[in-house]
Amino acid sequence: MTIAQPHAGWVGRSIRRVEDPTLIAGAGRFTADLPATYRVRFVRSERAAGRISKIHVPDGATAITATDLAGVKPIRPMLHKFDYVPIGQPILARDHVRFVGEPIAAVVAPSDAEAEDIAEAIEVAMEDQAAVIDARTALAAEAPRVHAEVAGNLIVKGAVETPGFADARARADSIVRLELRSRRQNAMPLEPRGGHAAFDAGSGRVTLTCSTQMPHLTRTAITDLLGMPESDLRVVAPDVGGGFGQKMSLATEYVLLVWLARKLRSSVAWHEDRRENLIAAFHSRDQFIEIEGAFDSNGKLLALAADVIANVGAYSCFPTTCAVEPLMAMAELPGPYDVRAYRCAARGVLTNTCPMAPYRGVSRPVITFALERLMDRAALEFGLEPSEIRRRNLIETFPYVSATGLTFDEASYRQTLEMAVAALDLPAFRARQQQARARGRYLGIGFSAFSERTGYGTPAFAARGMEIIPGFETIDLSMGPSGLVEARIGASPHGQGLRTTLAQIIADEIGVPPDRIRVIHGDTDRTPYGFGTFASRSAVIAGGASLLAARKVRSKLIKIASLLLEAAPDDIVLDGGAAKVAGTDRSIAIEALARAAYHQVHRFKGEIEPGIAASATYDPAGTFANACHVAIVEVDPETGQVRIENFIAAEDAGRLINPMIVDGQIQGGIAQGIGNALLEEIVYDQTGNILTTTLADFLPPTAHEIPPIELHHLETVSDASVTRAKGVGEGGAIGAPAAVINAINDALAPFGAEINEIPATPRRIRAAIHAARKPAEQRA
Amino acid sequence: MKPARFEYHAPTSVDEAVQLLGSLAAEDGRILAGGQSLVPTMAFRLAKPGHLIDINAIATLGQIGSKDGALEIGACVRHAAFHRPVVAGPLGQLMSTVVRHIAHYPIRQRGTFCGSLAHADPASEWCLVAVTLGAQMIALSTRGARTIAAEDYFTGIMTTALAEDELLSQVRIPLLAPDTRFGFREFSRRAGDYAIAMALVTFRLDGGTIVEPRVGIGGAEANPRRIPEAEAALVGKPAELTTFRAAAEIAAEVVEPMEDMQADAIYRRDLVRAMTRRALEQAAQ
Ligand SMILES: Cc1cc2nc3c(=O)[nH]c(=O)nc-3n(C[C@H](O)[C@H](O)[C@H](O)COP(=O)(O)OP(=O)(O)OC[C@H]3O[C@@H](n4cnc5c(N)ncnc54)[C@H](O)[C@@H]3O)c2cc1C
Repeated sequence: MTIAQPHAGWVGRSIRRVEDPTLIAGAGRFTADLPATYRVRFVRSERAAGRISKIHVPDGATAITATDLAGVKPIRPMLHKFDYVPIGQPILARDHVRFVGEPIAAVVAPSDAEAEDIAEAIEVAMEDQAAVIDARTALAAEAPRVHAEVAGNLIVKGAVETPGFADARARADSIVRLELRSRRQNAMPLEPRGGHAAFDAGSGRVTLTCSTQMPHLTRTAITDLLGMPESDLRVVAPDVGGGFGQKMSLATEYVLLVWLARKLRSSVAWHEDRRENLIAAFHSRDQFIEIEGAFDSNGKLLALAADVIANVGAYSCFPTTCAVEPLMAMAELPGPYDVRAYRCAARGVLTNTCPMAPYRGVSRPVITFALERLMDRAALEFGLEPSEIRRRNLIETFPYVSATGLTFDEASYRQTLEMAVAALDLPAFRARQQQARARGRYLGIGFSAFSERTGYGTPAFAARGMEIIPGFETIDLSMGPSGLVEARIGASPHGQGLRTTLAQIIADEIGVPPDRIRVIHGDTDRTPYGFGTFASRSAVIAGGASLLAARKVRSKLIKIASLLLEAAPDDIVLDGGAAKVAGTDRSIAIEALARAAYHQVHRFKGEIEPGIAASATYDPAGTFANACHVAIVEVDPETGQVRIENFIAAEDAGRLINPMIVDGQIQGGIAQGIGNALLEEIVYDQTGNILTTTLADFLPPTAHEIPPIELHHLETVSDASVTRAKGVGEGGAIGAPAAVINAINDALAPFGAEINEIPATPRRIRAAIHAARKPAEQRA
Repeated sequence: MKPARFEYHAPTSVDEAVQLLGSLAAEDGRILAGGQSLVPTMAFRLAKPGHLIDINAIATLGQIGSKDGALEIGACVRHAAFHRPVVAGPLGQLMSTVVRHIAHYPIRQRGTFCGSLAHADPASEWCLVAVTLGAQMIALSTRGARTIAAEDYFTGIMTTALAEDELLSQVRIPLLAPDTRFGFREFSRRAGDYAIAMALVTFRLDGGTIVEPRVGIGGAEANPRRIPEAEAALVGKPAELTTFRAAAEIAAEVVEPMEDMQADAIYRRDLVRAMTRRALEQAAQ
C-alpha cells in the first residue's frame, strides 16, 4: 500500500467552499424562487389498489387526467438480464391505482391555495381491489398481482453460486445464520422535489427547472415520453437542496409539467410539500435478508450464503430500474472480506406501496448491516473480539477479484480497522464496560468494516444489463481572453462542493488560483452530456475528466508561453498565475497568454490554433474506498433508549482533494446512517395506507441525537483513479447503521437479547429484552 | 399543505374577543393563540376554521403573577416565560424544569400555556402539571365567567369542558408549600418530541415518611391524570427505592395505555413504570 504524500498545490487543502457565501447569505436560487403563471396540485390516490370508475371535476376547474394524456408514453425502464419483467408507469393513473399517493389528476390554478381548494373538491370514485403490502406476502402464489403481467409479483431475480460452494460449506466447523429486516425509509432531502416549466413562444422551447440530480437524462427521458425533439427542451437544475438519490429518478410530475407548459403555452410550477414527499417521492431499503456464514475453527469465513428480498413498491424507477437494490445486494454482499465460496439469491418484489429508488448507499447500508451482524454473531460464538474476527477475514492483497468478479483496487481494509481500534483504546473500553454493568448501566461497542464501490463507469453499469448505461463524464474546459476559466460539466452537484473540488484539481494543472475557475453545471444548454451526480461518482469521474482536460489546456498554455518567451516548452513552469522560464526571471502572466490566444493570433504564425479550450471524457472501471466505523452506545434497558456516546470512523478515500469537504460528506452520511439505525421508518398499515405522513411520525435525527464524530484518514494511492481520489459520498451512510446496531447488541449481551432490525426503535429493543428475559434485567 | 380559506379578526380587548367568539363560534370561529398547534392542523386541512380570532394583541392576557395563594397565568403567556422560575419556591422550580421538555426553543417563544390546555394533547406537559397540581381554569363567554376544576376539565383526547364559545382567559395553579419536593421524567424518541409517557410527582417528607403524595401520568392515556392507587402506596411510607418501585409498579398496572405507532400497551406500561420510579427518585434526592 502506498500512502499519498503531502502535495504543494491546491489539491489536499481545506479551502473554503465557493458555494457557501451565496447559500449562507440566502442568495441561493432554488426552483421555488421562480414565478409562474399557474400552480399545479396533484390529486393523489387514497387507496393502495383500486380501479378508477369516475373522476368528477367541479365546473369551471382545470384538471388534467389520464384521458388528456393519450399520446404520452408511460415510463418503462428496461433491464436486459435477471428475468426482469418490464412494466409501465403512466404519468397520471390510468384505470388503476397501485399505491397511496399515486397521482390521478393535476389541478391547474393561479395560486397554490386555489389549486388546493379545487383538488379537495375533486371526487374520485373507485372500486377497491385487494392490495399487497409486505414483500414476503406478495411472493405467495395466491397474492394479488400489482401488475397483471408480473407473475408472483417477482419483477427481477438474480442468483449466483460459485463453483465448489457446497464443498467449501461442508468443510466448515461452524455455521452461523441470521435473519435481518430493514424497514422502509425515505431519503428526505431538506428541499422536497419541485419543478417549473416555462414555454417560450419565440423558440417553441420549454425550460424545465427542477430539483434534480440528473438534468441531461431528465431531458432525454421527458422528450422520449412526450415525443418531442430533445433540443426543444432545456433542463436546468438550479440550487438543489439535497437529493441523496431521491432526485436521480424521473418524477412523473416533471413529465406532466412539460406537457402542461406546452399545452398552455405558459409557465407552470409544482412544489412538492413534505407530506407528498413522504408519501410519494420514492422510498428505499425495505428488505429482508437471510444470511449464513460457514466458518472454520479459526473464525475464517469459508462460505457465505444469502437470500435477499427487496420490496420495490408499485413501479420501477427510471433510469436504474427497481432491480438496483436486489442486484447490488447480490453483487456486493461479500463486502471487504476474503471469501471464495458464495451463493446468493436476490429478488425484487412488487407491492402496492410507493416505488423504490436509490438512496445514498443503495443496498449497501442493508447488506453491510447483515454481514457485520454475521461477523459479530460469529465472534460471539468463537469467543473472539469483533475486531479480531474481522482481522482474520479482511482482504489484504490487491488487486483482489471477488467471488462475484469485482476487482478490488489497492485499499486499506486491515489498516483502517487497526486505526479505529487504536483510536478508541479497546482494552480501556472493555474495562469501563465491565464497571458500568456492575452499576446497572449498559455500554456497547460496535464495529462496521466495509468497502464502498465508487466512481464506476460504463462497464460496471453494463454488467447489470441496464438499457441506459451511465458511467462516463465529460468536461468542456476553456480559458477566455481575460484569463478566467470556465469548466462546464455534465455532473450535477447539489451540496457536495464539487465546484470547489474541481477548481482545486484544475488550478494545480494550469497554474491559476481556484477563484479564477468557474464550474458550470446543471443546465443542458450550457453543459456537455453527462449523467449527473449520484453513486459517489463525481469527484472520481468528473474530477478525472477535469484533470485530463486541464492537462490539455496546460500544454496549450505552455506552447503559447514557449513561443512568446522564446524558450523550450520543457523549461516552462505554470505557477502562481504566470508562465515562467525555469531558472530565469523571465515570465509572462497567464492572462497575457490568454489575450494572445484570442487577440494576437498572428504571432503564432499558424503554429498554434486560436483560443484556449479542451474537452475530456473519463470513464473509469471504478475504485473501492473503505472504512471502519465504531459506535459506542449506552442502552437504557428499562426504556430501550439508545444514546450514542461516541462515533469513530477511520476512512480511506484515496487522495483527499479538499479534506474539509470529505469530512463533511462522511459526517453527513454518518448522521443519516444513525437516523436509519435508530429513528427513520416509513410505516404502512395492512390496507396499504401510509401512517408516516408528517415529520411528527417520520423522525430524522436532530442535532441532539448526533454524537461527536471523530474522523481519521488514510490516503491509499490507487491507479484506478487518475486523480488518485476515491468516492466518498455514501460511505458514512453505508457503515453507520451496522456499527450502531452491533453496539446495541453488545450492550444487550448480558440480557441475552439480540436485535436484527433497522431501525432499532426503543420499543423493539425493549421487546427484545422481554423476549430474552435474562437475570441482568433485575439489576436494572 | 395550504390552509383553507378563513377570515381573520384581531380584537384588542378581552370583551371584544369574547363577543366575536360568541357570534362566530357557530361558524367554527376559533381562538388563535401561539398558533403552534392550530396552524399546522390548518395546513394539513385537518382543521378548517371559518374565522380566526387572534388574541395576541390583547395586552392584559399576557399577565402572570401570584395572587391569593395561586399562580395566575393569562391566555397569552408563552411557554418561554417559564424558562426561569416565575414565582419563588417549588412551583416556579417545577415549571422551569418541565418547560424544557416542551417542543423546541423557537416553538416555546410562540406557544402559550393556556393554548396547551385548550388544545389538550394527551402528551402535553402543561396539562399534566395542571391536573397533578389541581389547577383551575377560568372560562369567559358572553354568558359570563366560570371556573372549571382540573379534574372536571379534561374529557377525552384533545377535548375539554370548554364550550366552543368560551375563551380560556386564565389558569390558576395553587402555590406549593416550600418543603414540597418534585420529580419529573418523560420519555420521547428525540429531544423536543411529544412524550410517549411522562410522570410528575410531588410530596413532602415528615420525619423521612411521605406526606401528601401526588402522582400524575401523562402521554399514556387519553388525558393526563393522577393515579390515586399509586399515591396510596406512597402515603406514610419511607422515601426509599422499594417504596418507589412498588408505587411505580402500581401506576404501570392501573393505566389503560393508548396504542400507537410508537408504543403498544406493554411498552407504554414499561415506560410508565420507569418514568414514575425515576420521578420519585428525583423527588427524594
Ligand atoms: C414541532 C412541535 C413540537 C411540539 N412539542 C410539544 C411538546 O413536546 N409538548 C407540548 O405540550 N406541546 C408541544 N407542541 C405544541 C405547542 O406546545 C403548542 O404551543 C400548544 O399545544 C398550543 O399552544 P398555542 O398557544 O400555540 O395554541 P394554538 O395553536 O394557537 O391553539 C391551539 C388550540 O387551542 C385553542 N386555543 C388556544 N388558546 C385558547 C384560549 N385561550 N381559549 C380557548 N381556546 C384556545 C385554539 O383555538 C386551537 O384550537 C409542539 C408543537 C410543535 C409544532
